[in-house]
Amino acid sequence: MKRFLLFLPLLIALVVGVVLFAGIGKDPTKLESALVGKPVPEFSLKDLHNPETMLDQSLFQGQVTLLNVWGTWCPACKDEHDDLMWLAEEKGVNIIGLNYKDNREDALVWLDRLGDPYRKTIYDPRGTLGFDLGVYGAPETFVIDAGGVVRYRHVGVVNETVWEQTLLPVINDVRGNG
Amino acid sequence: MVRIVCLVLALLLPALATADVADVYDFSDRAQEQRYQNLIAELRCPKCQNQNIADSNAPISKDMRDVVYRMMKDGASNEEIVESLVGRFGEFVRYKPEFDSRTFLLWATPAIAVFGGLLVVAGVVIRSRRVGQESPALSAEEKARVDKMLTDEDKPS
Repeated sequence: MKRFLLFLPLLIALVVGVVLFAGIGKDPTKLESALVGKPVPEFSLKDLHNPETMLDQSLFQGQVTLLNVWGTWCPACKDEHDDLMWLAEEKGVNIIGLNYKDNREDALVWLDRLGDPYRKTIYDPRGTLGFDLGVYGAPETFVIDAGGVVRYRHVGVVNETVWEQTLLPVINDVRGNG
Repeated sequence: MVRIVCLVLALLLPALATADVADVYDFSDRAQEQRYQNLIAELRCPKCQNQNIADSNAPISKDMRDVVYRMMKDGASNEEIVESLVGRFGEFVRYKPEFDSRTFLLWATPAIAVFGGLLVVAGVVIRSRRVGQESPALSAEEKARVDKMLTDEDKPS
């Protein structure tokens, strides 16, 4: 019994070590979306380019889509823009934009100047769809399957590494299952 | 007269200050406002990690406060309001997570720690009692020696 007690500190150190080690490298600011496995929330919002056209959740039916949340007020969105252009042009990825809490003029100027990687852009000046999607900071990128169900949410910029290591595997997985 | 006016104005100043803190929302009564304050105090801001939405200036917290207020006005219960936010932002926004298989350890740790502490205390007490019984007080001969020593010490040498 006495001898066992001598090993107690070692045991405690090991357990604490394992628990703490498991936390290394985890970014606490990246939260898993509550919407994973649920369909895209219902919405009815204007198209950024054509204010007369209303867009809704049927936009996500039929093919795997990336939904990219952006705004001209968001510096990180500018960082990822070239990569989104690369994805749309080189990789042929189907990207839908969600212009979040922005104004139309600025957004159109931005797309004019930097290029438009989006098949369609949803104009959400008051952030209602963003709120329903649980967006808490742009940029965020959702992977949505052909049935309109959210499969993954990436918080932060998309770049080549994120694409290859995170988004592409999810998309391949979604395609494989669908 | 001027003095009285000044005094009255001075007395009104604190009222102004509290009016500023109480946001821009209108409540029918004090209880409603208190309910609102409790709700926003126990909801966590997803953007700023360790602030509740009452404290946070992040735009998302403002949106969340708006939704809490609107849902309250529409007659939603506290559970409905919290559930609707959890449905969007995840379990993270709850400062008091539900008791389920994932949060079991979180809730049980204090009880486990107290129980463990009690076990240790009980162990120490039992062991000291046992030691006390095994080596009882001094034998008569030893006692006599101790008494002698003590009395000797009292005498000046």
